[in-house]
Amino acid sequence: MSNLALDKISMRFDLPNGSSVQALQDVDLNLKEGELMSVLGPSGCGKTTLLNIVAGFLAPTSGTVSLGGERVSGPGPERGMVFQQGALFEWMSVRENVAFGPRMKGMPKGEANEIVEHLLDTVGLGAFKDKAVYELSGGMQQRVALARCLANDPEVILMDEPLGALDALTREKMQGLVLKLWRETGKTIILITHSVEEALLLGERLLVMAPRPGRIHREYNLPFADLGVNADLREVKKHPDFGKTRDEILSMIWDMEEEIMGRTEEA
Amino acid sequence: MEVISQLSVELFLILQTVAYAIPYLVGYVLLILATLVIWKLVKRMLTPKHDYSSLKTVTFGDESTVTSNLVASFVSVFFIFLLWGTFTGSTLLPSFMHAPGPFLGDASFTYTSEAEDGSQDDATVTVIVHTAGESVDLPEVEPGEGFALNDVMSVAAYRSELLRVEDNDEITRDDGAVIVAVNGEAIAPGANSVDVGWGDVSMTRRGTLNIAPAAGWQMEPIWLPAPEAVWSRFIEIAQDGFRNASLGEHLGFSLFRVIVGFLLGALVGIPLGYVMGLSDWFRGWFDPIVEFMRPVPPLALIPLVIIWAGIGESGKIILLFLAALWIMAIAARSGVSGVRITKVHAAYSLGASKWQIMRHVIIPNSLPEIFTGARVAMGVCWGTVVAAELVAAETGAGMMIMTASRFQNTDIVIMGIVMIGVIGFMIDMGMRRVERWLVPWKGKA
Repeated sequence: MSNLALDKISMRFDLPNGSSVQALQDVDLNLKEGELMSVLGPSGCGKTTLLNIVAGFLAPTSGTVSLGGERVSGPGPERGMVFQQGALFEWMSVRENVAFGPRMKGMPKGEANEIVEHLLDTVGLGAFKDKAVYELSGGMQQRVALARCLANDPEVILMDEPLGALDALTREKMQGLVLKLWRETGKTIILITHSVEEALLLGERLLVMAPRPGRIHREYNLPFADLGVNADLREVKKHPDFGKTRDEILSMIWDMEEEIMGRTEEA
Repeated sequence: MEVISQLSVELFLILQTVAYAIPYLVGYVLLILATLVIWKLVKRMLTPKHDYSSLKTVTFGDESTVTSNLVASFVSVFFIFLLWGTFTGSTLLPSFMHAPGPFLGDASFTYTSEAEDGSQDDATVTVIVHTAGESVDLPEVEPGEGFALNDVMSVAAYRSELLRVEDNDEITRDDGAVIVAVNGEAIAPGANSVDVGWGDVSMTRRGTLNIAPAAGWQMEPIWLPAPEAVWSRFIEIAQDGFRNASLGEHLGFSLFRVIVGFLLGALVGIPLGYVMGLSDWFRGWFDPIVEFMRPVPPLALIPLVIIWAGIGESGKIILLFLAALWIMAIAARSGVSGVRITKVHAAYSLGASKWQIMRHVIIPNSLPEIFTGARVAMGVCWGTVVAAELVAAETGAGMMIMTASRFQNTDIVIMGIVMIGVIGFMIDMGMRRVERWLVPWKGKA
């Protein structure tokens, strides 16, 4: 079992003016294989920093990240990443973008192409395989990004607000796609989002983080992701617990934001 | 202080020239507006269009509605040639469209000489005005009566000539005679001039008559030759060459220098820019050099390059290499620095190695910037090569026009300038085409 384990992760960095910021403090977290965890929190709570540490782009000042017992010390193909936007390679076609990971590993073209064909059909881009990525809409580009990540067959997928730049309707469709891919591939996923609804809909587990210092504030275990796998997400939203939890989290985050504002006003 | 007063005098002269030009500029703007109105009327009559942009009510300030109007471009170029033809008496235009030309042909005036004793006598001067460079046989004229005898003289158009009355008059300046009137109008040394209908007659301080036939409104060919003269000179040089080299060789040499210099500059500059974009040590090492050399115009290096490498090919190629080098290095540097970190992160988490990221992410990502730099560098190189050839060269477009100007072959100079402009334009168009072909994603990220 490749569990993802974060052990007492702290992150502190110095600013040019001499002061320092405690971005994360003693974050402990365990993800079992195949879990989908969404992470919410007000801006500045360190959720992107946390994701960058797991991805290996940042080294924590203390604590360790390990995947399947092996310590993470840098970026690697077993931890795939989906960014908000702008991470596709414009100089490559859709097909070449998706084939990037396998090709870098030295997989022969034909073999890589089979994976690409299959994944592009799965994400609904069968008709756009040979288009240039800049010819696609924002939603389609994110489908390519998902397919590109999956083509590499990572153990964990890290999503940094992958649907944040999309319009509401496209976003809803993409949420369904993320759930579908999660269930079909059984990948471990960490999803960072700003949208409470999205976090509730997609997260089996939901982590609410608090700022200054960035830390885990509260954790939920939710049934909605399982409910949503084969259902209309709009129906899931009508579930009585859904609205209740949403309001609870919203006021929690609201209070944190208020607190930050109050603190800066005092300062 | 002296410098300031000198400069203010210069400035005043410049402003005066500008002030003289204002009516012509106003006229030109009115011409543009008039053609605009005509075009709008014609367009409304010809095409009742109802496409999307013709239905826009807000056009002033809507940048997307302002595209270059092809008709205006044609009319503009047409007017340039029209003005050129009009003021050079071009044979391509019917003569009624010409500006008044210089007076040519036979004319005459009379002058009145007064002897010391107060007696006056008239004499008629026959003036033959001919085109410059033409030789004229002076006809015999009746000497007439009295002490002032009739004269005959020739003057080239656009020039003036002194009349030597003492060559045949019986009582001359040496005997105390003075000329007091021309065509009955009083004249005095250095004062006024008399309009004789076909030109002006004035008197020098020493009392000699100076005959200046009217120059008209046309430009003398030595200042501005007619379009067809430039064209026929172009044909002639295209066939026979200029100074031991064909036209193709002159232009080819210039282009060869530009291409070799540019390629060498790119060959060194792009890797230099890459290491500057990828390593802080290299960036720190080369920054002072690049940032110092960049603002030095390549033209300012010509004297040093001549001292070091002489006036041959190697000197010019070194110069163009230097002109292209810094531009290409800076373009490559900013192309590398401009890569979005998410792209690099994405590539790493897809398992790419450093070399693979260089090959598949950083280099392709920098290509649009490099192409922009290449277009600028080619333009600068083309300008620099012409300037370098103006200073010293055996062949080349710049050498051609410089040599021609020494012999006042204005037609060759204009032809050369037009060819330099056309080639520069074609280079830029070619670069754009290559760019669209090689980096179709430019500006679409």
